[in-house]
Amino acid sequence: MPLYETIFIARQDVSATQVDSLADGIEKIVTDNSGSVERREYWGLRTLAYRIKKNRKGHYVLFNLDAPSEAIQEMERNMSLNEDIFRFMTVRLDNLRDDASPIMQGKGDRDRDRADRSNRRDRPEEDPKIEVSENTETKLGISESENMDEIVSHGKEENEQ
Amino acid sequence: MSSPRSSSNGGRRPFFRRRKSCPFSGPNAPKIDYTDVKLLSRFTSERGKIVPSRITGVSAKRQRELTRAIKRARYLGLMPYVLS
Repeated sequence: MPLYETIFIARQDVSATQVDSLADGIEKIVTDNSGSVERREYWGLRTLAYRIKKNRKGHYVLFNLDAPSEAIQEMERNMSLNEDIFRFMTVRLDNLRDDASPIMQGKGDRDRDRADRSNRRDRPEEDPKIEVSENTETKLGISESENMDEIVSHGKEENEQ
Repeated sequence: MSSPRSSSNGGRRPFFRRRKSCPFSGPNAPKIDYTDVKLLSRFTSERGKIVPSRITGVSAKRQRELTRAIKRARYLGLMPYVLS
C-alpha cells in the first residue's frame, strides 16, 4: 500500500483533548478502510504565518499513513466536512519518517522566539524626537544666546526630516 | 584556493568567483523537509520570497525540491507568503 503523510489544522477554540478525539476519529476512518497509522504527532497550538479563514492560530496534527487510496479519499472527504478542521494536506511519501518531524524536535525554541516580539523597530525612532523637542523647550526657557545656534540647527534637522 | 591572483593579467577573468557547492549535497547534508521551517527560511528573502539558486548555490535538482517544500510549508501556514 502507498505511504502518505497528512497534516491537518484544527481551529483554535477547540481544546487539545477535542483535537485528540478528532484525530482518533480520523485514525478510525483509516483503519476501517484497511489502512494503518504508522505515526501520529500533535504539534500543539501554533501561530499561523498568515490568517487562514479568520484563524490566527491552529492545532496541528501530523499522520504518517500506510493506506489504500480509497481510505485517503474517505479521510479527506471527512476532513473537508468537519468544521473544526480548516486546512489539511496529504502528501505521498517514498518512505516514512524514521524519527520525529523537525518541528517536534525543536519545539522548545518556539517560546523563546515569542519573547522578542515586544521590542518593535518603530519605538526607538519616536523617542529621540520627543527628547529633542523637550531639550529645545528647556533651552528656550533658559534663553541663553549661546544656545540659540543649537536651537536653529535642531530646527533645520527637523525640517530636513 | 581563492587566494587573490594578480587580477590585472592573471589569465583568469577578473571578477571570477568560485562556484559555491550545493548545501544539500555531501555526506551530512540536511534533508529537505517541508516541516523544517528553520532550514527553509534560510532560503527565503526578508520579504519571504524564495532566493534564486544562483545566489544560494543550490543545485537545480535540489532547488526544485526546496521550492516544493517551501510552497507546502506556506500552504500549511508554517511560512508566510509575504512578509511586510
